[in-house]
Amino acid sequence: MFNLLFADSVRIWSNDVWYALPAIAAISLVYAATRHERMRPIWLHAARVAGWIVGFMIVVGVALEWLSWMT
Amino acid sequence: MTSESTEKPAGEQINLKDAGLAAFLAWMLPGLGHFYQGRRAKAALYFVCIMGLFVFGLCLGSSNEQCINSEGKIGYGRAVYFSWKKGDRTWAYICQVCVGLPALPAVIQAYRMNHNQKVWCGGFMAPPRPNNDNDKGPNKEQPTLHDLHRVLNRRFDLGRFFATVAGLLNVLAIYDAYAGPVTIAPGVKKKEEAESESPK
Repeated sequence: MFNLLFADSVRIWSNDVWYALPAIAAISLVYAATRHERMRPIWLHAARVAGWIVGFMIVVGVALEWLSWMT
Repeated sequence: MTSESTEKPAGEQINLKDAGLAAFLAWMLPGLGHFYQGRRAKAALYFVCIMGLFVFGLCLGSSNEQCINSEGKIGYGRAVYFSWKKGDRTWAYICQVCVGLPALPAVIQAYRMNHNQKVWCGGFMAPPRPNNDNDKGPNKEQPTLHDLHRVLNRRFDLGRFFATVAGLLNVLAIYDAYAGPVTIAPGVKKKEEAESESPK
C-alpha cells in the first residue's frame, strides 16, 4: 500500500492528474454561475462543486490503487 | 427588439433584454451575451473560464517539433480541427464549435485543405493530411494524423478534451444568457444560500 497514488511524491508531481485542475476549476465555476446571479454565491457553490469532484476523484483513485495492490 | 425579464430566487429581477440575441452573442464569443445584457461579472467569468480552457487545449495541441512523415513542423492549435473524411471524423468538433467564432477557423482551414489550397497561418486549426497521402500539393508540409499522435502524444488528446469541454460549458452559458440562472427548487435550497442571494 506504500505506493498509494497520493503517498508517492515522484508520481504526484509527474502525474497527468494535474491536468484535471484547470478543468475542475472551470467546470465548477461555470456550473455554479448557471445557478446564481451574484458572485458570492457563485464562488461558494463553485468551491462546493470542486470539493465534490476532487473528493470523488480521490475516492475512485484510492479504490483503484487498492484494487491494483490486491491483484 | 423585445426585452424579457425573468424572476429568479429571492425575487431578483434580471433583465435579459433580447434573449435570443443574447444567446446568439453568447455562442459567438463566451460571455458576450451576458455583456450585452449588462451582466458584466458573469460575462468576465464565462469568458475567462471557457476561453481559458479552449486556449489551453490549443496550446496543448501545439509544438515546434519536426513532423515525422512530412517536411514541416507540427505547428499550432492542432487539437481543434474539422474533418469529415472516412477514418477521421472529428465528432468532438460538434462540441468544440459551441465555443463559437474562436473555433470557426477550423472550418475555413478544412475547406482550403479539401480544395487543395494552401492553409493559412502555418496550418493553425488545419486538419492533418491523411496518413497515406503522398500528394506533393501546396500542403505537403502539413503533418499527418500519425505525426500529431506520434509527436504530441497524449497532449493531442488532452488538448482535444479541453477544447471539447470548453464548447460544452459554453452551451450552459448560452442557456444562462437565454433564460437566466437555473432556479433551484425551494425545498432543496439551503437557508444560508437564500440569505446570501437576497438583495441588501
